[in-house]
Amino acid sequence: MAAILAVDDSSSLRQMVAFTLKSSGFDVIEAIDGQDAIEKLGDRRVDLVLTDQNMPRMDGITLVRHLRSLPQFKATPILILTTESSDEMKQAGRAAGATGWLVKPFDPRKLVDVIRKVLP
Amino acid sequence: MSEQTSAGSSGADFDLSQFYQVFFEEAAENLANMETLLLELDVQAPDDEELNAIFRCAHSIKGGAATFGFQDVADLTHVMETLLDRLRRHELALTAGMVDVLLESGDALNGLLDRHRGVTDTVLDASELVASIRAHADGLASVEAAPAASIAAVAAPAPLKPAGAAAPARTIVAKATPAERVLDVVVGPLDDPALADQLAELFNEIPGLGRIAAADSGKPDAQNKRQFVVHTTSTDDDLLDLFTFHVSRELVAIRVAGAAPAEPVSSTGIEGFGLFADLEPAVQPVAKAAEAVAPTAPAAPVVPRAAKPERADKPDKSSAVDTTTLRVSVEKVDQLINLVGELVITQAMLAQNGRNLDPIAHQQLMGNLVDLERNTRLLQESVMAIRMIPMAVVFNRFPRMLRDLAAKLGKQVELHTVGEATELDKGMIEKITDPLTHLVRNALDHGIELPQARAAQGKSEAGTITLSAQHKGGSIAIEVRDDGKGLARQKILDKAREKGMAVHDAMTDHEVFQLIFEPGFSTAEQVTEVSGRGVGMDVVRRNILSLGGTVELDSADGYGTRVTVRLPLTLAIMDGMSVAVGDEIYILPLASVIESIKLDQQQIRSVAGANRVIEVRKEFLPVVELDEVFRVPRFEARSESAIMIVVEAEGARVALLVDELVGQHQVVVKNLEANYRKVPGVSGATILGDGRVALILDVGHMVRRARH
Repeated sequence: MAAILAVDDSSSLRQMVAFTLKSSGFDVIEAIDGQDAIEKLGDRRVDLVLTDQNMPRMDGITLVRHLRSLPQFKATPILILTTESSDEMKQAGRAAGATGWLVKPFDPRKLVDVIRKVLP
Repeated sequence: MSEQTSAGSSGADFDLSQFYQVFFEEAAENLANMETLLLELDVQAPDDEELNAIFRCAHSIKGGAATFGFQDVADLTHVMETLLDRLRRHELALTAGMVDVLLESGDALNGLLDRHRGVTDTVLDASELVASIRAHADGLASVEAAPAASIAAVAAPAPLKPAGAAAPARTIVAKATPAERVLDVVVGPLDDPALADQLAELFNEIPGLGRIAAADSGKPDAQNKRQFVVHTTSTDDDLLDLFTFHVSRELVAIRVAGAAPAEPVSSTGIEGFGLFADLEPAVQPVAKAAEAVAPTAPAAPVVPRAAKPERADKPDKSSAVDTTTLRVSVEKVDQLINLVGELVITQAMLAQNGRNLDPIAHQQLMGNLVDLERNTRLLQESVMAIRMIPMAVVFNRFPRMLRDLAAKLGKQVELHTVGEATELDKGMIEKITDPLTHLVRNALDHGIELPQARAAQGKSEAGTITLSAQHKGGSIAIEVRDDGKGLARQKILDKAREKGMAVHDAMTDHEVFQLIFEPGFSTAEQVTEVSGRGVGMDVVRRNILSLGGTVELDSADGYGTRVTVRLPLTLAIMDGMSVAVGDEIYILPLASVIESIKLDQQQIRSVAGANRVIEVRKEFLPVVELDEVFRVPRFEARSESAIMIVVEAEGARVALLVDELVGQHQVVVKNLEANYRKVPGVSGATILGDGRVALILDVGHMVRRARH
């Protein structure tokens, strides 16, 4: 079963994402922000990371950059969930090493479609 | 920005409505947080972290609202977010007007959310608010942004200039046509700052080009660059062509701002989703432009924000606790408390049965019973602690209330709060909120003087209201203190006489001040919208008394007033004294018991027929015979009550006659109204160790009954 790390500071959105993923057969690790994600992960590796962009303590871009610096995350797909699909965001996401972005709000089914597409 | 209204079409597979409640709670929390932060914000020098935190609140609500299909909430938060985003990027200077409009938006959001929750049917129209926020965000409502265009008017050359077309373009606010784009335009470095203003002037000269507003303070920054926000339907190339009238093309960087045009369908075939690998060519020109403008700071606006190291270290109060807390419905907690209550009763029964056993033969069982007793008590304490919430929940509503009220009354006030972390039972918090609100409102309305009046007395123009909460023994003391005009003894006495109350000049100040709590008493010279019609203080007192609390008032003429409210920590457990009358056991709240004395029937005297009094320490107290009140059957005709207990409530004492004192213990209060019906003279019931039900007496009722 593929494991997915879902990071969002909004608990309603995080629960929604987690529910969607779990009911589609994925294992989900939830975290409330970048820092929490790093703590929750420890030495574990996951098959995919979904992260919100704007979060307290550690934002999504910083988290992506951190994960990419770890050997076990060199090739892991990382998607940024964002409300703004501005060029600025894309610049930042690309520079940090994220794989792609998904604009919020999204249909839960679309999230699953996207994940299936991106998963190795 | 491409916002699809996807949530509505989420289909049967994923029912999003199960997350609505979480979203509503989260949104309410975010709104409360946002309000607190807005009120704390220093308009002159807003703190970056605070602006960020406020932005995140709006951002978070927007994300959820859009996902769960609450479009009106998403729309309003979207414009708020736009304004806040520009503020936190220092593209706009914060004004008091912005804080006002953001606070108003918070209220409107509460209203919108209430409708979605089904609390109210009122449909709010937020469109005016949206327009007003947009005007702020576009810099049109701020004074600072205006000069940009006007200075340039002199220097502007006259290509394409249709005279008189200047004004209309600037006045269209917030009515974005579908094809209109919002662009961030950075111009510079410029040798002559006026050149940038000439660009701005272009928008006045050419009808239909769109609108421009300064996104900075109107002055070039350290690198001699100016920033603008442009709303236009023209293409980047058309704009650049026009700009080259004044500045060379390389000096202009155009970037799509917050609300971008619809996301082009990417090679992945899924709307709103893209892979960065596909992106390179599309992003490149922008990056190049940015580099051309600022060789020293590549990709200028992005990196500093993401790379700021200190952000990672600063825990955000509101959500840092999220992982260590668990949201549970109050019903679940109450059920738990109830079950623990039952357990306590079972434990008490076991303990009682155990006493009849031979301790030697049942040594082990006895040891177990002792352990059970201890663990039950600890369990009960822990469970009760779940319901305890900090006073901050109540205190937090006051800054906003006082701000609005002070503005309405033309007064100035500072609020200090002490002991917000002091915890109180949730039920108690809910019940104390209204009385406390009333007291705080009174303090400002009747206590704090107008600024001129304060200045004339050598006080600071802004009054101070201090709210404090602290634990004192098994109760909590909440104080509302103001440094206003205080209570005028003579005025109260005059008023009381006018109302026909029994008063005399020898009354102590304390006694005089308590008159304020009498029904129908009000010293306000005129009824104000704010402090009601003189029904206030007696209702406040009644509510507090019904919680088993007390309220006291203290004042010094000219120096202020202090109201102290004392409350038990919880309504669910009470220290009680059990007394026997005939075969019945009754519980008295221990807090109301003053003393118990062996009764000499000879001391009881009859006055004016049926009323009987007894002299205790040179004070005549009305006598209340419990066996008569509750018609307790007496099987032995000659037996009568042998003990009197002096109890106090609502500032008065009576002597209760009982047969026997049984003991003191903590009792679990069961609501009689919920389980049976309201019984006069009884505030609740509890279950005794032997399984019998005992009634908890309403001492206040006993006192009123005897005194009237």
